[in-house]
Amino acid sequence: MQQQLQQPEKGSFLSWFTTGVGRVIVALIVPIITFAILWQSFVFMRDTEAPKLLIALVALVVGVVGVWALYIGTNFFIEQLPGRVRDALRPYLFVGPAMVILGVFLIYPAIGTIYLSFFDARSESFIGVQNYAFAFVDSAMLIALRNNLLWIILVTGFTVSVGLLVAVLVDRLSQWEEAAAKSLIFMPMAISAVGASVIWSFMYFAKPITQPQIGTLNAIITGFGGEPVLFLLDKAINNFALIAIQIWLLTGFCMVILSSAVKGVPDELLEAARIDGANEFQVFFRILVPSIMPTILTVSTTVFIIVLKTFDIVYVMTNGRRDTEVVANRMFNELFRFGNSGHASALAVVLLLAVLPIIYWNLRSLREQRS
Amino acid sequence: MLRKSPFFIVVLLLSLILAACGGTQPAAEPTDAPEEAQPAEATEEEPAEPTEEEPAGDQPYAGTTVTIFGAYTEQAEVEAFEQGFVPFEEETGIDVVYEGASDFEVLIATRTEGGNPPDIAGFPQPGLMKRFADQAVDLSTVFEDGYLQQQYNQSWIDMATMPDGRIIGIWNRAIVKSLVWYSPAQFAEAGYEIPTTWEELVALSDQMVADGKVPWYAPMESGNATGWVGTDWIEDIMLRTTSVENYDNWTVPAAPEDRLLFASPEVKQAWEYIGSILLNEDYVYGGILSTLQDRFFDTGKPLLTGEAMMAKQGSYMPGWLLEDFPELTVGPNGDLNYFYFPPIDATYGSPVLTGGDVYSMYNDRPEVREVLKFLTTAQSIEPSIKAGTFIAPHTDVNMDWYDEANRGIAEILANADTVRFDGSDLMPGEVGTGTFWSGMVDYINGEDLDPILEEIDASWPAQ
Repeated sequence: MQQQLQQPEKGSFLSWFTTGVGRVIVALIVPIITFAILWQSFVFMRDTEAPKLLIALVALVVGVVGVWALYIGTNFFIEQLPGRVRDALRPYLFVGPAMVILGVFLIYPAIGTIYLSFFDARSESFIGVQNYAFAFVDSAMLIALRNNLLWIILVTGFTVSVGLLVAVLVDRLSQWEEAAAKSLIFMPMAISAVGASVIWSFMYFAKPITQPQIGTLNAIITGFGGEPVLFLLDKAINNFALIAIQIWLLTGFCMVILSSAVKGVPDELLEAARIDGANEFQVFFRILVPSIMPTILTVSTTVFIIVLKTFDIVYVMTNGRRDTEVVANRMFNELFRFGNSGHASALAVVLLLAVLPIIYWNLRSLREQRS
Repeated sequence: MLRKSPFFIVVLLLSLILAACGGTQPAAEPTDAPEEAQPAEATEEEPAEPTEEEPAGDQPYAGTTVTIFGAYTEQAEVEAFEQGFVPFEEETGIDVVYEGASDFEVLIATRTEGGNPPDIAGFPQPGLMKRFADQAVDLSTVFEDGYLQQQYNQSWIDMATMPDGRIIGIWNRAIVKSLVWYSPAQFAEAGYEIPTTWEELVALSDQMVADGKVPWYAPMESGNATGWVGTDWIEDIMLRTTSVENYDNWTVPAAPEDRLLFASPEVKQAWEYIGSILLNEDYVYGGILSTLQDRFFDTGKPLLTGEAMMAKQGSYMPGWLLEDFPELTVGPNGDLNYFYFPPIDATYGSPVLTGGDVYSMYNDRPEVREVLKFLTTAQSIEPSIKAGTFIAPHTDVNMDWYDEANRGIAEILANADTVRFDGSDLMPGEVGTGTFWSGMVDYINGEDLDPILEEIDASWPAQ
């Protein structure tokens, strides 16, 4: 490339471009032009009245090709710089955009949310920690917090332990049987939470005893002579009915990941333990579980975070009626239904703070394992 | 050369794409430019000038599109609404697109607050509309003075007026909620008379039970809005058992200290009235369980079969049945008929509870103004009126459009001593779409009344 640029005869006006400074300036123009073209096409697409499909198509092409061109162009510019600067700058070229995007779409909104959580419903006047007082004192909120705790303990506990159990047990089946069992358990994973809620609302549906039951579970219960059970209305069981859906959805996910970890444990290790006289329980608790502990931790953390954010099942099934409220659903209702962005922001911050220690703990144990 | 070439190809490609896009741009621009330029001038520089005196013949807005976002999704209802625009669309060339969502109250918040509001939004709840008053166009600058007063009774305009005097909505379809539906054939067969007082209504219910029939059906399941069926009962009973002042102070108190608490004896009494009907397992079809779990739009079905005899629902109720029973007729000789939900205490006369759709304008373009102006005329809902499910709040309605059935409903409205709007739609969202609904579900579930009422009072926002 340098040969290319140096070709013009020396002494002419063009030779200025081949000097260090000129080269850098020329190279700087390239990404700027690319950016300008991208920006212009963005402005054009924003204002045009063209068919939406065409706009989407153009956006796709301009977006993909444009971002790629921006990278090549900027890289071309960095190539022209002296060696040391070049090496110092290049990492930022590749990490920079990701950092900027995260900053704009994650850090900035997070700070904005924390800021708004100290303001009133319409984000107009500062009211101190009143929104947090609401989050931890209001009787409806206390129920929501209690339910979130219930969800976390039950869903995480169930999915991880059952997932692990299944992973270990199917490992002993023939290949065909293992595939069949795993596919069945994994299948709910492919269903959206909203879809699952619709399925389960038919499972839980109850009709008066005088009418035929159209809900699966109550048809079975009354078939055996029982009374119809109000799964979603009875305060003693409705939370568990909702939690069961999440467990049904997530067990397959835990099983698949834990299964691959179980398969990664060398057979020799387990054989050696058995030869040394360990029974199956000892093999499981003393050999298998410790050797896949990192995976168990990762899976538990993931499930924990998913469950903490639980929203869709509750929103679709009960919308928090009959003491089934959870924090995320309340946050949604506060913002969109009640128009109280102060309460909603405070609840968002509460959820964020609840995740932070888990992420920190997870990162630390990851680092410990590495060293 | 090799390293340089991809870049130049890219630049070339980009310029080609832009050139290709540029080709479509001139076609879009002429319609674009006047739209963008005019409204800003029209609103800011000459707010008092009416803009509706456009020559009708030459269709100055032909080819433009106006979107209306609303809460109703029932197919028959949407079709009737869209049909009302056909003559308007032919005359003006404006394409009116209606979009309905059952999660309307959530989506309208994301759209207006996210800066992407529909041109016009139709709110079933004036309380919700007022939340987005800052984004809405002040309609007193859109219509000439006196025009709205000519199209509506003052009370409708008052309900869409902000404390600072801005008018942010116009009414389109109105409904009467104080109705009890029944099957004339079933009533005739059993020889039942229409009750005109509360005592007669209760006596009739007891008579039905004695005859081995089920008097009431009140299914409440409505997804995220479950509970509104019951709150309509409470509001109707409030109007019948206490003064209008109390009703107003209960729904929209003039000052915080005027507020009539849910825990007050007046409101508690209304809950006990509804409890005396809906908590009575003998009175309700399918019992409490069906009240809680059955879908509200099935309300009319057991009436047709005689499994239940009466249902208290708004004038829109037959509309829910049209999909399954397209031939359904309403009237004294029809499949279904209605009677006025009887007064309880003669002191408070014959009150009527109403509801309706109020339309706000968010994008001030001349063609949007045209559509909004059309919505202020009864002609826009002619098909909805003829379908028998809606009443016009407009003064220019042609009484011939009403059939016998809904002319009766219009008369009930006209003869009312007091007319009040659905209270839960006027209350703050925390109560009106939150604890009032969920408290109703708890009450029907058999929980103690006092804690429920205290909880609703506690959720009333302070400010």
